[in-house]
Amino acid sequence: MAQMTMIQAITDAMRNELKKNEDVLIFGEDVGQNGGVFRATEGLQKEFGEDRVFDTPLAESGIGGLAIGLGITGFRPVMEIQFFGFLFEVMDSVAGQMSRWRYRSGGTQTTPITVRSPFGGGVKTPEMHADSLEGLMAQTPGLKVVIPSTPYDAKGLLIASIRDNDPVVFLEHMKLYRSFRAEVPEEEYTIELGKADIKREGKDVTIITYGAMVHASLKAAEELEKDGVDVEVIDLMTVSPLDIDTIIASVEKTNRAIVVQEAQKQAGIAANVVAEITERAILSLEAPVLRVTAPDTVYPFAAMEDSWLPDHKDIVDAVNKVVNF
Amino acid sequence: MSTKTLEQVEGKFETFQILNEEGEVVNEAAMPELSDEELQELMRRMVYTRIWDQRAISLNRQGRLGFYAPVAGQEASMLGTHFALDKEDWILPGYRDIPQIVFHGLPLHQAFLWSRGHIGGGKFPEGLNIVVPQIIIGAQIIQTAGVALGLKRKGKNNVAITYTGDGGASQGDFYEGMNFAGAFNVPAIFVVQNNRFAISVPVEKQSAAKTIAQKATAAGIEGIQVDGMDVLAVYTVTKQARERALNGEGPTLIETLTYRYGPHTMAGDDPTRYRTSDLDDEWTKKDPLIRFRKFLEGKKLWNEEKENEVVEKAKEDIKAAIKEADSAPKQKVTDIIGVMFEQLPANLREQMEEYTAKESK
Repeated sequence: MAQMTMIQAITDAMRNELKKNEDVLIFGEDVGQNGGVFRATEGLQKEFGEDRVFDTPLAESGIGGLAIGLGITGFRPVMEIQFFGFLFEVMDSVAGQMSRWRYRSGGTQTTPITVRSPFGGGVKTPEMHADSLEGLMAQTPGLKVVIPSTPYDAKGLLIASIRDNDPVVFLEHMKLYRSFRAEVPEEEYTIELGKADIKREGKDVTIITYGAMVHASLKAAEELEKDGVDVEVIDLMTVSPLDIDTIIASVEKTNRAIVVQEAQKQAGIAANVVAEITERAILSLEAPVLRVTAPDTVYPFAAMEDSWLPDHKDIVDAVNKVVNF
Repeated sequence: MSTKTLEQVEGKFETFQILNEEGEVVNEAAMPELSDEELQELMRRMVYTRIWDQRAISLNRQGRLGFYAPVAGQEASMLGTHFALDKEDWILPGYRDIPQIVFHGLPLHQAFLWSRGHIGGGKFPEGLNIVVPQIIIGAQIIQTAGVALGLKRKGKNNVAITYTGDGGASQGDFYEGMNFAGAFNVPAIFVVQNNRFAISVPVEKQSAAKTIAQKATAAGIEGIQVDGMDVLAVYTVTKQARERALNGEGPTLIETLTYRYGPHTMAGDDPTRYRTSDLDDEWTKKDPLIRFRKFLEGKKLWNEEKENEVVEKAKEDIKAAIKEADSAPKQKVTDIIGVMFEQLPANLREQMEEYTAKESK
C-alpha cells in the first residue's frame, strides 16, 4: 500500500498497463516529455519511450481519428483530451465514430480506446475547462462513461477501462486530482465498470452521486448525522451504464432519495437516475426523488464558481426536504 | 509579391497525364510497367464497374437497392488508384468508394447489403483490410492517419489509402488528417476525387485555391494533380506515392480530376438543376473507358468480344449477388444489441431479454 493522490493513482494505472501490454499507447497534447499539464503522464515517456507515449499536433479531432486508426490496427490507445470542454472539437470521433465501430462492422472490428480527460469546477479555470459534459457521453450508445472520485477507484477503474475492448470515456475531476491522499495498493487490481460503490451506509435517505459531489455528499451526511438523519451515499463511479441494482436496493431500503450532480439541471445524468427509480421503485418511495444540480446557465465565470456550484449545504437542504416531505 | 507567390505555388501542380482523350500516349517516359494481362485487367474492372453502376441505378429505382452514390465517370480514378495497392494495404473509403473495396475483396452481395442498410454489409471477411464506407465527410482522413501510424508501428510494409471528394477538402478533418500524417511521417495516401461538384456546389465555391493538390503544401507533404480520367496516369501516381510512403518519405495527396455522369446519389438529386449539358458533353469526351479502350485496341489487347464477356460476367455476378443479398436473414433488434459491446452492459442485457421475448412471439 502507498499513500497516493488521485493523479498519482492514475499515473500508476497507466504505468501498469504500459508495462503489461505493449499495444497500449498514450498520446495527446503535451503528454510526452512534459508529462501532461497535470503531470498525469509524468515520467511515462522516459520509462517506455516515444513510440509508446507521445505528443500530437494541437487538434483534438485529429487525436480522435488517430486513436480510431490505431485501434483498428491492433493497438489499445489511451488518448487524452486536455480539458473536456474541448470535446466538441472531437465529438464526431468519440460519439459519431468509435462508439459505433463495433456495431457498424457487425461486430468484426473494435476500437478499444480509453478517452482520458480532466473536467470539473472549483479550481477557477478559464472558459471551457471545467464544464461537466458527461451527460452528452452518457446519451451515446456504444460508450461507457466512468468518473472516479477517489485514488483507489481511479486506479482500478482506469486499468479496467484500458482493458475493456470497447471505448470508455474516463473523466477525471480536476479538483480531486490532489485534494487528498488515500491508500492505494501498489499491485494491479481492477474495479468492474458499471458497478456503483456505497461510500457510506445509511438507512434514512439515499444520495446517488458521482465525481466531486461524492465528497460534498459525504460532508453533508456527517452534518445530517448530527440531526439524526442516517444517509447512504452511493458513488455511481460509472455513469453509463448505471448500476441499477445497487441504486434500487438502496432506495427500497431507505424509501427516500436524492440525486446530486455538479452539472446543470438540464445536463448530467441525474434525470436518468430519477427516471429509473420512478420506473422500478415508485412503491417504495415516501417522497419524490429530488435533484441537486447547478443552475441551467453556461458554466460560471471563474470568480463566481463558489456561488454557482452545488455544495454540501444544498445537499443538506434537499435531504431535509425529502425527509420532511 | 503575394500574387507572385501564389502563382509560383500553383505552377507546381500541373495536371499529370499519360493518355490523352484519343488514347494516345503523350508521356512515354512515365508509362507504367504493366503487363498486357494487367492492362486488360484494368479495362475489365472499369467496364465491370460501369455496368455495375448502370445496374445499381436501375436496381435502386426498382427499390431493390437503398443508398447508392453513382460512380460512372470515376472508374479510372477509383480503379487506377486501387490497382496500385497491395492486398494487405488498408482502404478507408468514402460513401462513393464501393468499387475499390469490392475489388479489394468485399463480396458484392455485402456491398448491396450495405446499400440496403443491413448488418451483413459491414461484417467483413477476416483479414480484409477495409472499413465501412464513411458517411461523415472527412472522418476517414483523420482515421487514415491513425491506420497508417498503426501500420508503421507494427512494422508492416503497407500503406493506408483514403478517398474524399472536392467538397470534402473543405473539412477541418481533411486538413488535420493530412497534417497528422505529415507530422508522424506515416505511409498514407490521400485521394481527392475532384468531380467538380459537391452535390450542387461547384468546386469553385469550395475554395479560392486553383487546385486541391496544392493543399498538401499546408501539411508539408507531397501533392499531385492527375488527370482522373486517365487510368494509367492515376495508377502511376498512386504507385509512386505508395513507394515513397514505404520508403519513409511520407504521405501524398493525390487530386484526381474526374467527373460523375450521374446524380450525387439516388436519393432524389437532379443534376440538371446545377449542371449544363455542355459541361456533361465536355466530360463525356474525356470518358476513361473510351480512351483506354482506344489505347488497348491500338495494341490489339481489346475488342468487342472481350468487352461483351465482361458485360455479361458483370450482369451475372450482380444478379447472383442481389439474390444472395435477398436471402440474408431479416434483421432483428437482438442482432444489433448483440454487436454493441463485447460484453453487454446491464441496460442492454435487460433490453436483450425484452426483445428476445418479443421476437419469439
